[in-house]
Parts: sequence; structure tokens; C-alpha cells
Amino acid sequence: MTYSAPDWFDIGPLEHIPQRGARIVKTARRDIAVFRTAGDDIFALENRCPHKGGPLSEGIVHGRKVACPLHNWTIDLESGAATGADRGCARSFRVKIEKGRVYLEMSVAVAP
Amino acid sequence: MSEEAQRTSPRLVVVGNGMAAGRMLEELFQRAPDKYRVTVFGAEPRVNYNRIMLSPVLAKEKSYEEIIIHDEAWYRGKGVRLHKGETVVSINRAARTVTTASGRVEAYDQLVIATGSTPIAIPVHGVTLPGVVTFRDLDDVETMIDQAKPGRRAVVIGGGLLGLEAAAGLKAHGMAVSVVHLMPTLMERQLDPSAGYLLQKAIERRGVDVFTGANTQAILGDASVTGVKLDDGRVIPADMVVMAVGIRPNARLAKEAGLDVNRGVTVDDFMRTSDPHIHAVGECVEHRGQCYGLVAPLYEMAKVVAARLCGENSAAYQGSLTSTKLKVSGIDLFSAGDFGDAENDEIVLRDPSRSVYKRVVLRDNRIVGAVLFGETEDGAWFFDLMKKQTDVGAMRDTLIFGQAYQGGSPLDPMAAVAAMPDDAEICGSNGGCKSAITSAIARDALTSLDEVRAQTKASASCGQCTTKVEALIAAALGDKYKAANRKPMCKCTDLTHEEARGLIISKKLASMPAVMQELGWKSSCGCPSCRPALNYYLLCAWPLDYKDDAQSRFVNERVHANIQKDGTFSVVPRMWGGLTTPHELRAIADVAERFRIPTVKVTGGQRIDLLGVKKEDLPAVWAELNKAGLVSGHAYAKGLRTVKTCVGKEWCRFGTQDSMGLGVKLERLLCGSWTPAKVKLAVSGCPRNCAEATVKDIGVVCVDSGFDIHIAGAAGLHVRATDLLGHVETEEEALEHVAAILQLYREEAAYLDRIYKWVEKTGLARVRAKIMEDHDARRALYARFLISQRAVRKDPWAERVAGFGAKEFTPLAVVMPIAAE
Ligand code: SRM
Ligand SMILES: Cc1cc2nc3c(=O)[nH]c(=O)nc-3n(C[C@H](O)[C@H](O)[C@H](O)COP(=O)(O)OP(=O)(O)OC[C@H]3O[C@@H](n4cnc5c(N)ncnc54)[C@H](O)[C@@H]3O)c2cc1C
Ligand code: SF4
Ligand code: FES
Repeated sequence: MTYSAPDWFDIGPLEHIPQRGARIVKTARRDIAVFRTAGDDIFALENRCPHKGGPLSEGIVHGRKVACPLHNWTIDLESGAATGADRGCARSFRVKIEKGRVYLEMSVAVAP
Repeated sequence: MSEEAQRTSPRLVVVGNGMAAGRMLEELFQRAPDKYRVTVFGAEPRVNYNRIMLSPVLAKEKSYEEIIIHDEAWYRGKGVRLHKGETVVSINRAARTVTTASGRVEAYDQLVIATGSTPIAIPVHGVTLPGVVTFRDLDDVETMIDQAKPGRRAVVIGGGLLGLEAAAGLKAHGMAVSVVHLMPTLMERQLDPSAGYLLQKAIERRGVDVFTGANTQAILGDASVTGVKLDDGRVIPADMVVMAVGIRPNARLAKEAGLDVNRGVTVDDFMRTSDPHIHAVGECVEHRGQCYGLVAPLYEMAKVVAARLCGENSAAYQGSLTSTKLKVSGIDLFSAGDFGDAENDEIVLRDPSRSVYKRVVLRDNRIVGAVLFGETEDGAWFFDLMKKQTDVGAMRDTLIFGQAYQGGSPLDPMAAVAAMPDDAEICGSNGGCKSAITSAIARDALTSLDEVRAQTKASASCGQCTTKVEALIAAALGDKYKAANRKPMCKCTDLTHEEARGLIISKKLASMPAVMQELGWKSSCGCPSCRPALNYYLLCAWPLDYKDDAQSRFVNERVHANIQKDGTFSVVPRMWGGLTTPHELRAIADVAERFRIPTVKVTGGQRIDLLGVKKEDLPAVWAELNKAGLVSGHAYAKGLRTVKTCVGKEWCRFGTQDSMGLGVKLERLLCGSWTPAKVKLAVSGCPRNCAEATVKDIGVVCVDSGFDIHIAGAAGLHVRATDLLGHVETEEEALEHVAAILQLYREEAAYLDRIYKWVEKTGLARVRAKIMEDHDARRALYARFLISQRAVRKDPWAERVAGFGAKEFTPLAVVMPIAAE
């Protein structure tokens, strides 16, 4: 595999993402859901539920998990993995906050 | 120091004579008393004192003399040349000199910047008026004290640590004090909403008024301060305004000298600035992107600086974990680390009767955060476990009870209660001790929780002790006792839906944190199943005051459309009573074409569904529909869905009344109100019942003599014909009765129970008595319904079009290749 240096992309100020909520970043490859927890931690997952592709960005965020709006699978925001009895994993991407702005690691996010 | 050394040893100049400077000098002299010729410039006209003790000084609990750290003798003894009240105005790095306001020029070999931070003043009209004060140094405190006369009014802007200590201090002088805070809960940076709620209660109990979620628009007054105006128009009269909204690192001097400055003076792990001859320490620095506002970190920094000045390379500053306490006597709180979320791996202990709240947040069996209110003895212990990254997996079950309890394994509840002495208190609120309850059970042969509650009041007021009381009954009755099939709301509480909402009313709980604290929730912020329910109960209980919590709602109710399996949405406009017009149909057709909406369907609810709308198109689609007078059909809502009608008397040869007309009136009267579950109505013009009124939540069947009102039907997962509730003669009565039924359902039903479920639980006879027989009760219900409707009378679509919550609909960012790949 070829390793490319991280390519941090400024996607906007943290307060543009609602607490316990999410916003999406549209890329040519995929939509990425960027979640903000009550504690202002942020996570980025591909906006497709491992169950049947539900838009995770529309789910209810609780703790470091999100409940998919379609059939209520609970997805761990850190790993993207389904929790409990359900099996499957949404792809996760690197994000960071600097000086109140959110950065997404693009080289991976737009790669196949 | 010897004459020789006096002349030859290197010169150390320190700018700023506060806590960091003082501590750094102590560390230095411990290591090398004679290494430097030390000169200190302090803008304050006094020696170094313990700034954090200014709060007790303001509160008249301490005097200035008591908080001095280094008196004149100390400086003399150490051979330090201290220039009090002398401000350094510039640094000449080329010449290695500093210049003071009085024009004095001092040369240095090593310079240490310890200028601390300055209070932030919010940029509103009137900040410069006499009477506006800050809270940073002794001069500020003296100003406050001589203005603080009993009976005069003070407004403190900022409900953080500083602001609250100022408020308590001024209160001690007999002033009338209010705190104005921008955020919904006090000290939100150091506390979670539950602790913030308790803190507010405690502050208010001291007679200090607290305004949260309050944004200061202006400070009023001509000659001097007369009041504070909030952006919602409220005006709080004031003779003094204390600015306590935060601090900014005082880095001006460094910036002007051309050093790297960000928010603070940027330093590396050795506290070195971008100039090798200049170190910085304390609140004025920024280290690894962090600025600190507490003393603990700067004590660690001071060590490092001193070590560097002595040429030791070993020590490096790694950044600090900080913890918070509030120095207001009688209010015990402690917090440390990260506890904003992670409801999922946390341990919570609440004691409503004693206003105690304890929460420890874990990740991989390590403590990452802790919040304590009311009982803080174990704060230091938790903080230590946190810093040491200790694996607490083994003591997880007893952790929250504190250090004293470690080792002792917790008994199972049954055994624990059995083991209790007779005089042990079971119910804190109503003071029922064990023997009182057990003897009542024996004496009156009580067999159920409800009977015990009725007889002893135990567990009747907050439900905290429910499990204990149940255990007592079980112990008394042995296997004769079958636990009443009470179903707790969720894992966060032992209370049932009905109990919780009853207590919300009786205890006047008006916010989510209030409910969770006073009812002893076992989690810090609830879970996806109790949050939406509580949100509804609060909305229903306090229609005009409670602010809806969007993030507790399912996406359909947040975006006012129904999410589809492919992530697109469906939009269902209202067609009042199933009636429409060419004009409306044309508008729908236009929208469908303009936004390429793939499916247009007539629903089972007598209206049209536009399916497959992209989320980002929703606001535009609504705007178009709104123009034609079409509004949200709430096809997504736990609220009124549809009122189906048949043509009725207007056309049908069997029709007895104007069923279409009544249907439209009903839909207009009831639409928009939130209900425990969806509500569907129908009005049929005669008993042939073409509108299927007898399988609706509420159905009206017109007859010659008037209107038969039916309730509790369903035709979904569960099919159930309605029960006849009663008969009314006029249309007006029909409207009032139906609205009253809906309100009774809103006030009593458990979240997610459709009307038929609720009626089965509460009993048809009871509903009939309240609606058909007790006319006052019905009128009261009707009145309450109309009040609650005032709050929701706006069309959610129009609101969204107007930009409310606009961010919900647009992507945060769009990243597309310039040229297609
Ligand atoms: C659109 C529609 C089907 C249609 O094309 O006709 C429909 C569509 C849905 N129904 Fe329905 N129901 C529709 C009429 C009905 C009817 C018939 C009626 O209202 O006369 C019923 C049976 C009557 C009743 O409710 O008692 C009905 C019983 C249900 C149920 C079962 C409710 C129950 O308590 O048993 C659900 C599931 C739920 O609500 O939890 C449901 C849930 C749904 C949901 C909301 C599923 C979901 O959560 O996404 C569907 C949303 C589709 C969408 O995006 O619009 N739908 N649904 C009808 C919209 C009516 C309207 O104009 O608002
Ligand atoms: C009311 C109050 C209560 C507090 N309570 C707590 C608490 O409970 N716990 C806690 O950990 N922390 C508390 N703090 C914060 C704590 O006091 C600070 O973190 C600490 O004082 C910072 O030390 P410092 O030396 O960096 O800055 P300071 O102590 O502010 O010292 C900086 C000094 O430099 C002087 N100066 C600035 N510019 C110049 C210049 N150009 N020339 C000469 N002199 C200059 C200033 O006049 C000031 O005297 C409290 C602060 C206040 C105001
Ligand atoms: S019947 Fe089932 S599939 Fe059809 S609309 Fe209703 S919920 Fe959806
Ligand atoms: S698609 Fe997410 S739960 Fe079914």
C-alpha cells in the first residue's frame, strides 16, 4: 500500500455541527458524516450504515455512539463498528479540532 | 551575595510579580541562591500575594495581610531588587534591555515574562461606564468593597468560577446580586448539566438571582451604571456591574518585542520563547496550544523555568491535567478531566434529598473524568487515579462510593435491605424508616407497592427507594408477593412513565437536568429511549416555558419529513379533511416536476405524498408549497396526522351532517400539537362509515341527532374497533369534546402509547366520566389544550424556510475534484 502524508482539510468551525448531532461532508467518492458529541469530541464515519446503508448523520447521537435512523442499529463512533448483537462496520476517517475549526484527513477520505 | 558576585554574575530580569513569578523565584533560589542578580518589575504597587485568595478577601473572610506570599523582608533577604508599581513597556531584544513606564532601562542576560492575563470585557455599549469593574487584582477588590453597600444592586456578567465567587462575595456585603450567564448551565466548561443545575439551585438558595441563556446586549446608564439590558429585552437594574466573562493571556509586551505569540506567548517544553534569552511562565504562555487559568500548571512550569535558568536540561514541561473547585463556602463541587459525554461508560450516583451528584467517566477501565457535587471528599482520590491512569476495573462496582468503601463488596439489594437495622432510613424524602414500613405492611396487610405508598408515603415522592421498599414487601410476603408488573422507563431509572410524569408536575421540574437529578436518574444525561419521552413530558407540562430539545428527537421530527430507506425524504402537505383545490394540486405538480420528485402517491390518509426528496432540497420544496398555502402534514410527527372525512350531507344522499366541514375544523383545531404517539381521526357522515372512523384513534360518526364520538380504534400492527364514548348534539360540542379527549391523552399517556393502549390501561369508564360527565373537568382540559396550542401554532416548514435550524439541511463542506477524474 502506498502511504501519503496526512492532508488535513479545513471543513469549518466546530459550532457549525450541532452538539449530539452531525453534518455531512460531500466528496466525489462518498459522503462523510462528521459527528459532534455532547463533550465536543468529533468523529468521522462514512455516511452509510453497515446494516442497509442508512444515513448515520441523521441518527440520534448518544455518548460516543449513534443510533441509525432506519432500523436503530447502534454504531460506535470511534471504530464505526455496530454494537451489541449486530455485526458490521462503517468506515471511519481521521478528524481533529484546532483552534475551534474541524479538519478532515482527505487523502484517505477521497481514496477508493 | 558577595561584592564580587554582585558585579559579575548574570542578570535575571522578571517582568510581572504575580504567582508564577513568585513561585519561579522560590524554585530558583532553592537550586542556586547566588547564580543571578535578580530584578523584578511588578505593575501592581505591592509585593506578591496569593491571587486566588482575593475571593475570600472580597467576602471579608480574609484580609490582604493574610494572603501575602512574599513580604518586603523576603525580597531583601534574597537580594532581589523589586520595583513595585513599575510597568515594563518594551523589550529591546537586540540590546537585551527592558524599558519601564517611568523610563528606567534595565539590562538582562536572561529575561522571564510572567505577565499573567487580563480580564476580557465584552464589546457592548456602556462597558466603560463608572461602576463597571473587573475581578483580577487587589485594586479591583478594593473598588468593589467600597462600592458594595447593603441594599445596592450588583450584576455579575459571567457564571464561571470567577463570576460566582464575585457574586458570593458581594452578597456577603448585603448587596442584591444577579448573575447573567450566556450558556444554559453555570460553569458549563467545568461541569455537566446535572451538576450545573445543582449549582444554580445552591446559588439561588443564597438569594442570588441567576439568569442563564442570557445574552447581554448593553450596559445602561449615563453618568454611571444603572442596569444591564439582555437581548430578549429584559432589564436588570444595577449600581455595579462585574465583568467576569473570562481572561486573555497578557502577551502584548512579547508580541511587540517580536516574539512568537498565538493566544499566549508560545513556549516549547522548556518554557523557552522564540528568543533563547527569554523564558515565559504562567497564564501568559501558550504551551502545545493550551493556555491555563489555574495555579497548578504554573507551579509545574515554574520548576522547569528555574531548572533551565540553572542550566539543567533534564526537566521538561508536559502540560497539565487540571481540576476545578469553587471557593464559595457551603458549596462543594469538584471536577476534572473529560466528562462531556460517554453516557455509556460512566458511573453515576445521585441523592436528590441531599442534592448530591457524583459521576465518574471511564474509558478502558481508566478514569478520564469526574464531576462531584455536594460531596467532594473523594475528588482528590479520583483525580489521582486519573493522573496515574490506574486500572479501576476491579473496584468498578464500589468505585463511586469512594476510597473508604474499597474492599467491601456490595451486597445484593435484597440481602442489603434485610441486613438493615429497624431504624434505618429507607425513604429519605418522607422519612420512612424500615420498621415503620414493615409494621405498616403487617398491620394493614399491605401486598403491593401502591398500597405501601398510600399508607406510608414511602417512595411516593421521588421513587428513589422503590426497589428497597419492594424488597421489604417481598421479604414480608415471601413468595406470595408477585412484583407488580411495573415497567421502568428504561435502564436509567426505576420509575415508570406514569410515575415520572406525575412527579414532573408535582415537583414542578422544568428542565431535563432537573428531572434527572430530582428523580435520581442512574445516568448523567439519559439514553435514546428516555430523552425523547422526558422531552415530550416537559413540553406537555410546561407548554409555554419549556424549550424543545431537538437533539432528543428522531430525524423525522427534526427535519419535518419522513426519512426513506435510501436516505431521501418524503413530504406530505396537509389536505384539510382530505379536501384539495386545483390551485393546490397545481402547486404540488409544479414542485414534483421542478425538483424531479420520483414518486407522487395518494396516501392511505387522504392526501398526497411526495417521495424521494433530497434533504438539501427540503427547504426549497417547502417554500414552494408554502407559497400555495400548503403546510406540513406532520406525517412524521407524534401528533395529529390526518382527519379523514367522507363527503357527507353536502353530497351524499345518506349524509346526516357536514362531515367534511367538521373534519376540516377538527384538523385545524388539533394540528401541530405534540402527542405521546401519532393520532388519527376520521369523520363519517353516517353509520355506513365510509371514512373508517371506527378504526381511528378518535372517530366521529354523524347521526341525525348529532355526533357519536368513538375512541381507541386502530388498524395498524394491531387492529381494534373503537369504543363509543358518548353522544353530543352540536358541532361546537363535538369540537370541544374531541379536543378535551386529546388533552387528557396528552397529559396522561405514556410516551409511544397510542390512544387505544392508554384507554386499555386507564379504563374507558374513567375517560367517559372525565369527558362526558364532569363538565368542568372537560372545559378545563379544553382550556389547557388551547393554551398549549399557542406555543405550536407556527408552521414548522415556514419556520425552516425562514432559516430556523438551516444548518440541518446543508452539507458542512463539499469537496469535489476540479476536473472530473
Ligand atoms: C404514506 C402512508 C402509506 C400510504 O402511502 O398510504 C404511510 C406510511 C408510513 N407509515 Fe403508516 N402510512 C400511511 C397510513 C397509515 C394507515 C392508514 C390511515 O392512516 O388511515 C395506518 C393504519 C391506521 C392506524 O395507524 O391505526 C398506518 C399504520 C402505520 C403503523 C402502525 C401503527 C400502529 O400503532 O399500529 C406504522 C408504524 C408506526 O407508526 O410505528 C406506520 C408507519 C408508517 C411510516 C411512517 C413508516 C416510517 O416510520 O417510516 C411510513 C412513512 C412513509 C413516508 O415516508 O411517508 N403506519 N399507516 C400513509 C400516510 C398517511 C398520511 O397521509 O399521513
Ligand atoms: C479572584 C480570583 C480567584 C482565583 N481562584 C483560583 C483558584 O481557586 N484556583 C486556581 O488554581 N486559580 C485561581 N485563580 C487563577 C490564579 O490566580 C492565576 O492562575 C494565577 O494568579 C496566575 O499567575 P500569573 O503569575 O501567571 O499571573 P498573575 O498572578 O496575574 O501575575 C501577573 C502579574 O504581572 C503584572 N504585570 C502584567 N504586565 C506587566 C508589565 N508589563 N510589567 C510589569 N508587571 C506586569 C500584573 O500586574 C500581575 O501582578 C483565581 C484568580 C482570580 C483573579
Ligand atoms: S404498510 Fe409498511 S411498508 Fe407500507 S407504508 Fe406502511 S409502513 Fe411502509
Ligand atoms: S440501515 Fe441502519 S439500522 Fe438499518
